[in-house]
Amino acid sequence: MSKAPLRIAVAIAWLAALLNFFPLAWMLLASFKTEVQAIASPPLFFFLPTLDNYRGIFAQQDYASFALNSIVISLATTLLMLLLAVPAAFAMAFYPGAKTRDLLLWMLSTKMLPAVGVLVPIYLLARDLHLLDTLAALVIVNTLSNLPIAIWMLFTFFRETPKDIIEASRIDGANVLQTIFLVLLPLVLPGIASTSLLSIILCWNEAFWSLNLSAHNAAPLTAFIASFSAPQGLFWARLSAASVLAIAPILVFGWISQRQLVRGLTFGAVK
Amino acid sequence: MAAVTIKSVRKVFGPVEVLHSVNVDIADGEFVILVGPSGCGKTTLLRMIAGLEDISDGEILIDGRRVNDIPPKARDVAMVFQNYALYPHMTVSQNMSFALRLAHANAAEITARVTKAAQILGLETLLERFPRQLSGGQRQRVAMGRALVRDPQVFLFDEPLSNLDAKLRMQMRAEIKELQQRLKTTTVYVTHDQIEAMTMADKIVIMRSGHVEQLGSPLALYDRPENLFVAGFLGSPAMNFISGTVADGAVVSASGMRWPLPAALAAAKGMAPGRRVVYGVRPEHLRLGDNGFSARVLVVEPTGSETQVLLDLGGEKLTAAFRERIPVGVGEALPVDIDTASVHVFDPETEKRISPAA
Repeated sequence: MSKAPLRIAVAIAWLAALLNFFPLAWMLLASFKTEVQAIASPPLFFFLPTLDNYRGIFAQQDYASFALNSIVISLATTLLMLLLAVPAAFAMAFYPGAKTRDLLLWMLSTKMLPAVGVLVPIYLLARDLHLLDTLAALVIVNTLSNLPIAIWMLFTFFRETPKDIIEASRIDGANVLQTIFLVLLPLVLPGIASTSLLSIILCWNEAFWSLNLSAHNAAPLTAFIASFSAPQGLFWARLSAASVLAIAPILVFGWISQRQLVRGLTFGAVK
Repeated sequence: MAAVTIKSVRKVFGPVEVLHSVNVDIADGEFVILVGPSGCGKTTLLRMIAGLEDISDGEILIDGRRVNDIPPKARDVAMVFQNYALYPHMTVSQNMSFALRLAHANAAEITARVTKAAQILGLETLLERFPRQLSGGQRQRVAMGRALVRDPQVFLFDEPLSNLDAKLRMQMRAEIKELQQRLKTTTVYVTHDQIEAMTMADKIVIMRSGHVEQLGSPLALYDRPENLFVAGFLGSPAMNFISGTVADGAVVSASGMRWPLPAALAAAKGMAPGRRVVYGVRPEHLRLGDNGFSARVLVVEPTGSETQVLLDLGGEKLTAAFRERIPVGVGEALPVDIDTASVHVFDPETEKRISPAA
């Protein structure tokens, strides 16, 4: 690439990054303002920061229980999803049938459906199975909704493994489980890690089902944020503080794992 | 050790039939090579013996037991893959012992067997290395070691030498043959290289487009190819073919050149005068001789041990291989003789060999 287009590309990248970062920065700033400062126009960039919002939140809500729910939902969903996606991707990658391609595309197409489209049936199912406001409901729904992406990702990783190795293990006497655990998984560990990281992040950020299927017992941090936007009217500063608390853990987690995540998402595309 | 019987085996992938009723009997301890151009079905057949492909029709027996519905691990076969298929995350020793560990063999026996195989293959010093730390030839040995350790009834090799350089390939060829003769384990070996087939096999199975074209000992196939394909496939340089018609105990080609036939063959059924035939003569059956024909030299290729010469003989281009070094230049005339007793004649329609009546 010659110099001028490169400069333009860099400028666009910076612009995009700033646009992405701006709301976060705004939120972080607002969380340290008083409510009056938060709605001031023009916005204040220099002010005396206060921790009142955070104090208020911890007094008003049990942050730890929401956070615990988020952690449980994210980890349980990821485990359950791997349990289903690994064998599915294994079969599709190494023993594809005539319709495997179609099946993969169909699975992905379910992600094109707006979640709200199935809100009523899922809600009714959860109600009739007495799963409303349970962690189980959110784990199941999150698992199902992330499964297609997980299978796609794992399928891509598995296909990078030479089929001969899988066949060699069969001839050596390994059954399917032994082949998966002793031969395949050690080879695709980076892929499993990337898929798990993505799943944890998606679950952590999932709001739609959390808000609709949980009330108090199973509510994760996304519901925690929402609880600050409701009846008392809008309190920007406090809402911002709640948001910061909700996304801080996953932000740190994402930061630590970004290298692995990026490598995973571009795997196969760049060789 | 066991005999392998392949009975009327067919393989169908959707609408495509890749193997058409193949029959091969492999005796206990025999070294059989499946050879043919790519797409001939040789690898598919090998994978069916291994249990990696379903058998569409017919049956395969190992040691008298029908194995159609028996999974690979219960067939007691070991396979060496073309790209070795070593487990990258395991050391050489772990690669070799994997099958035994899965079978819950006791530790002492595992160590003993791995040590023995490593000694046979010269891998003793490499046991703790990972495959990525090995050269191609060493990986090849580990793949064989993995098969050897299991002491299976049948060894299966799928083009094991095709990723090695020429020198190493020759060396491994001899080693595999020597090993097989020592262990006397029934072996089925797939290759597209006719020299590997000729040099290693007790029995060659030549395949084309899912059919067995001919099977037998290497020299029997070389000396009496049943059809044009086998005749052209075995031998390097390949057999020369000349189209012509039968006339007065010879084959006459387009230019009017008379290609001599042995009396018995000239008298054979199917050699009626005027009949179109393909006359075949191997390069080494063209000899220097004064009472023969005068050929014109087109290309001279000295290999050191022999001299290969492309000749124009009676308007046909022929390759000749002479043991002697001949001081001859391009364009010069060279007197050649045809070893009449060793010529072949084929029917151009059926491509089948025409033989004298027995």
